[in-house]
Amino acid sequence: MSALVRDQETPDQTGRKPSWRAVLDRFGSSGPLLGLLLLVAILSVLSPAFLTVNNFVNVFQQISVLAILALGMTAVIITAGIDLSVGSVLALAGVTAGWTFAEAGMPMPFAFLAGLGIGALAGLANGLMITLGKLPPFIATLAMLSMARGLALVISDGRPISGYPDWFRAITRFQLFGVVPLSVLLVVILFLLGAAYLRYRPSGRALYAIGGNEEVARLSGLNVRREKIKVYTVAGALAGLGGLILMARLNSAQPTAGTGMELDVIAAVVIGGASLAGGRGSVSGTLVGALIIGVLRNGLNLLDVSSFWQQVVIGAVIAIAVMTDTLRRRSKH
Amino acid sequence: MRRLLIAVAAGTAVALTACGNGDEGGGSDADVTVGLSISTLENPFFVTLRDGAEEAADEAGVELRVSDARDDAQSQADDVQDFVTRDVDVLVINPVDSAAIVPSIEAANDADIPVVTVDRGSEGGEVASHIASDNVQGGRLAGEFLFEEIGGSGEVAQLEGIAGTSAARDRGAGFEEALDAASGIELVSSQAADFSRDEGLTVAENVLQANADLGGVFAQNDEMALGAVEAARSAGVLDELVIVGFDATDDALAAIEDGEMDATIAQQPDEMGRLGIETAVSIAGGDDVEAEQPVEVQLVTADNVGEFAE
Repeated sequence: MSALVRDQETPDQTGRKPSWRAVLDRFGSSGPLLGLLLLVAILSVLSPAFLTVNNFVNVFQQISVLAILALGMTAVIITAGIDLSVGSVLALAGVTAGWTFAEAGMPMPFAFLAGLGIGALAGLANGLMITLGKLPPFIATLAMLSMARGLALVISDGRPISGYPDWFRAITRFQLFGVVPLSVLLVVILFLLGAAYLRYRPSGRALYAIGGNEEVARLSGLNVRREKIKVYTVAGALAGLGGLILMARLNSAQPTAGTGMELDVIAAVVIGGASLAGGRGSVSGTLVGALIIGVLRNGLNLLDVSSFWQQVVIGAVIAIAVMTDTLRRRSKH
Repeated sequence: MRRLLIAVAAGTAVALTACGNGDEGGGSDADVTVGLSISTLENPFFVTLRDGAEEAADEAGVELRVSDARDDAQSQADDVQDFVTRDVDVLVINPVDSAAIVPSIEAANDADIPVVTVDRGSEGGEVASHIASDNVQGGRLAGEFLFEEIGGSGEVAQLEGIAGTSAARDRGAGFEEALDAASGIELVSSQAADFSRDEGLTVAENVLQANADLGGVFAQNDEMALGAVEAARSAGVLDELVIVGFDATDDALAAIEDGEMDATIAQQPDEMGRLGIETAVSIAGGDDVEAEQPVEVQLVTADNVGEFAE
């Protein structure tokens, strides 16, 4: 079993390392974190508007949806899977909640649950297609990408559904202690739960084993099928939650929301040190990855860099981040 | 009558804006920063709008910052939030979506930053002025021309823009007005192609496949019309099919000169961008501005395309 999970940061491994490194590694992957700190330092020098509390709150709020989707994606990628459908499921959940509230006239809490439920259902369908239908995750979730987007357009008739109660909008507008938006608090709580689950729960640790070598995991008695279905269902539910938060922020459920977002989500997870080959990845690394993307976008915006160049820079950062991380790991072994 | 009123209002607005500029000529404008949030710079129309805005900003001596949301409502919310953080003096917003922009405009309102909307409007929040083409008039002009070209009777199809945008809604409404007024015209297909050339090509191919007797196509923008041109070319019906677009982009004007497209509606994106900045400068100078500033549209055909092509 230990051979399977050698790439993850287990507590007894980190205990033997030099202390500062242990602290960084305990937090997640030190490489991406250092990259983030470097990025923040550079942008602080270049733009006076960057290093302000207000702006950091902005960045956190701007990445909250990305981060929530990336949390589910981290678990999926650890099992050596992929979920291409998250952007579409996000739109489907928003539109479902919007329809339930505005068209069906149900109360908003019910609409909220309907949105979460449809997200989980789409994820469950992914899981079933992959385990029972024997489809590769790439194909199954590609199919769901198309189906969920299509359903979102069908339900909404292609139009945005707008206008929600104030308390719902408060998810992104209300600020705890006048500074921290509720959506940011939600991200922090979800990430703490996610980190604890992957680190301490047997079924969380099983995901690393499945991603390391599925056949061996099965032979050593893990219920691989059940764990995978669970992972995709949770990823779908989180995509749904992301859709609801986006909807609260825009006060509008958009059938075209999150188009192409799956690529940003995968980028955040991979920048955070996860391996698409499975068996490696951490929740804290993913948060750092999402922050790197958010800080880059925000910083380049503040610096007035044209959006065309922003795409070039973000692509280069993804390549550099993953390359340095891979080289660093290789030199350690 | 309504048209006349609009024209008068527009004229007055332009005159007022011009006066506002004159008052501001003292050089104090250098301190004014305007944030321009554009829906997408991957569409030539909005690039022209941006160019008009930049030109006007240069002339007025104000600092202009431009962001590009790449047609994503969430990105635009981020862009506007970043502008508010940087404390620009006036925001000029070209919304990706009329509903989804509302919370961003409310945030700008909370920060006491005046907002001008360009092209697409907002469904809420306080907007100091909205500048847009008369899209209903354009849709009607396009429809009337199309029906006349196919001889007053026959089958036509419509390629719709992104559902929910006011441009798609208004152009469609104008086209339907013309359709209601005409007799003998049958609308056999009306499908969304999302303002893109790729989608326009695909949808037009399908429509041509399904309707052999199609006489003409009205596309709610030129990109889709140019997609329809390619579809008609591969189907071998380019010469017979009447294709009318909207926006008068450079590509479309060239296509009209080459006889591939038959007409388009000239909006004046550079004028919109210019008016947006001039309005912003007036607001920064403390002047009142008109709440609605329609920008005239014109039918462009092979007869007058020379006036529009550069």
